[in-house]
Amino acid sequence: KSGEILDEAKLEEFHRGLITTDMGVEASEEVVESLREEFGGRTVDPDAVWENVKNTLKEILKGDGSTNWDPENPLSPLNMATEGPTVILVSGVNGVGKTTSIAKLANYLTKSGKKVVLAAGDTFRAAAVDQLTKWSQRIGCEIVRKDPGTDPASVAFAGCDHAVQIGADVVLVDTAGRLQTQQNLMQELEKIRRVINKRIEGAPHESLLVLDATTGQNGISQASKFSDAAGCTGIVLAKLDGTAKGGVVVAIRKKMGIPVKYVGVGEQLDDLQLFSPDDFVEALLEES
Amino acid sequence: MFESITQNLTDALGNFTRGKLSEGNIRDGMAQVRKALLEADVNYDVAKSFCDNVTKQAVGDQVLKSLKPGEQIVGIVYNELVNLMGPVDHSIAIRRGEMAIIMMCGLQGAGKTTTCGKLATMLKEQGATPMLVAADLQRPAAIEQLRVIGEQVGVPVYWEEAGSSTPVKVCQNAQKAAKKEGCNVLILDTAGRLHIDDSLMKELVQIDNKLMPHQALLVCDAMTGQDAVNSAKAFNEALELDGVILTKLDGDTRGGAALSVKAVTGVPIKYIGVGEQLDKLEPFHPERMAQRILGQ
Ligand SMILES: Nc1nc2c(ncn2[C@@H]2O[C@H](COP(=O)(O)OP(=O)(O)OP(=O)(O)O)[C@@H](O)[C@H]2O)c(=O)[nH]1
Ligand SMILES: Nc1nc2c(ncn2[C@@H]2O[C@H](COP(=O)(O)OP(=O)(O)OP(=O)(O)O)[C@@H](O)[C@H]2O)c(=O)[nH]1
Ligand SMILES: [K+]
Ligand SMILES: [Mg+2]
Ligand SMILES: [Mg+2]
Repeated sequence: KSGEILDEAKLEEFHRGLITTDMGVEASEEVVESLREEFGGRTVDPDAVWENVKNTLKEILKGDGSTNWDPENPLSPLNMATEGPTVILVSGVNGVGKTTSIAKLANYLTKSGKKVVLAAGDTFRAAAVDQLTKWSQRIGCEIVRKDPGTDPASVAFAGCDHAVQIGADVVLVDTAGRLQTQQNLMQELEKIRRVINKRIEGAPHESLLVLDATTGQNGISQASKFSDAAGCTGIVLAKLDGTAKGGVVVAIRKKMGIPVKYVGVGEQLDDLQLFSPDDFVEALLEES
Repeated sequence: MFESITQNLTDALGNFTRGKLSEGNIRDGMAQVRKALLEADVNYDVAKSFCDNVTKQAVGDQVLKSLKPGEQIVGIVYNELVNLMGPVDHSIAIRRGEMAIIMMCGLQGAGKTTTCGKLATMLKEQGATPMLVAADLQRPAAIEQLRVIGEQVGVPVYWEEAGSSTPVKVCQNAQKAAKKEGCNVLILDTAGRLHIDDSLMKELVQIDNKLMPHQALLVCDAMTGQDAVNSAKAFNEALELDGVILTKLDGDTRGGAALSVKAVTGVPIKYIGVGEQLDKLEPFHPERMAQRILGQ
């Protein structure tokens, strides 16, 4: 196969392809710089160079391999409690897909024979509790809910309490959408986390940040500030069924080391998949 | 204003003596501008053509002779951004004796339902009598959400049981109901959908054809990255949008989507959402947005 000279124009093409994924200027330039150093001015096979880039990105997303990942078991990446109920706290900015992702996870868990309790911790948004209640009815799992305006920490506490009482396996705590710059609301999230921990030792065992795949560079600030408040242990990348690539998770993984655990690929209960770094990177740089 | 980018530019423009700033210097400087735009999530191609245009302008002799070329280039960039995002027409055409129909559309979770409530609040304050229409039969509890919002605003909400109706029927029946109740603005809350979902996009076009809304407004999340151009383009092709409402600008997003969406669709941004509460809707100001994108 005849090659091409990797000149500045060609490098610019690579740069465009990377930026278009939303992985950001810093990470993109780093990749381009390494290509310039290694292959600049030389005759290369562009496909082979892309392979090289893909491998680098896959390595970044795999991290140190400390996340359990068994393609046969959709629950494998979750940190489960050794004893008593596992608590999964779910947070993120407004409208990203928190409530829907909780429903999808609850569905997985219920189908695999776990006893699940949902805690309707979004007591703020109009009909947020109704939304989660409808999902719980479809899935056939329990839900703990209180009146609109109730302190969300008390709902989270009640959810954990109920789970202990009935011997449930997993509690999924929904929270209201909030922007990471709203300090009072971020403190509220910290409080939810503390209260959960008071009721169940070691909880939350899993703190999932939901990111919208269409999000650009603000995702970095989201990951950083939500981690401060909620101690995020994993990311659910929702809405990956659109044309957005969700590349900001590469920058997040590089900067903060938070692994992506699941991807959302639709609005229905089955539309949640285990995150696969290989598949993700292939889709990331498809047609670029 | 724009201290950090001005500093970066000054650094990039490097050492030069008065009158000797070269085209090469300017190009290096513009690379800094492009970086700032990309960091603000302006679409790659939009940022590139924007910078190419500004470079052409900046290569004019005034800049070359200017004492502070960094500031001057930032000034040109700022003005061009403002020009690109403006002018703004904040009107939502409502004619006397006629029922105005406003259709909201956009991707999932962008803020459509909330923005319906915000528009109703604003229009009600202006003396109109809006009715909200629950045309999202898809998202669990979408109807309940709009009904709660309607109650908060104090405007009627037209809705039908999700299982036994269709969005088009709901909208058509709402039109009749609004006439009966003497409402003069109908605000259609449609379900969130992906721009590549053919059947749902067709459904939207069907509502558009049957109701002939006076305003088709795209609700777009200000935190959107490079993909903003793709969805905005598709919604515009399907509906010929009349305006865009950019939501969630109350956070720390730089909001480059504003530039991208305007650049690829030509559709003006009319309002911005700056909070979850129903009074958090403001007219769009290109000047403020330009400052924000440049990272003031
Ligand atoms: N296409 C697509 N839509 C999704 C996905 N996940 C969620 N959605 C949709 O996105 C919208 C928002 O989802 P929610 O689950 O209500 O989001 P949320 O984060 O709980 O929102 P707030 O509680 O208001 O902050 C809904 O219309 C969902 O159906 C996904 O993976 N793909
Ligand atoms: N901070 C902030 N949140 C907003 C703004 N506009 C809407 N939201 C929030 O964004 C989330 C989604 O808003 P919705 O109005 O339900 O969005 P939608 O487009 O109707 O969602 P779907 O119907 O599921 O497609 C909610 O949590 C809203 O409170 C805004 O301007 N600022
Ligand atoms: K995608
Ligand atoms: Mg929710
Ligand atoms: Mg809605």
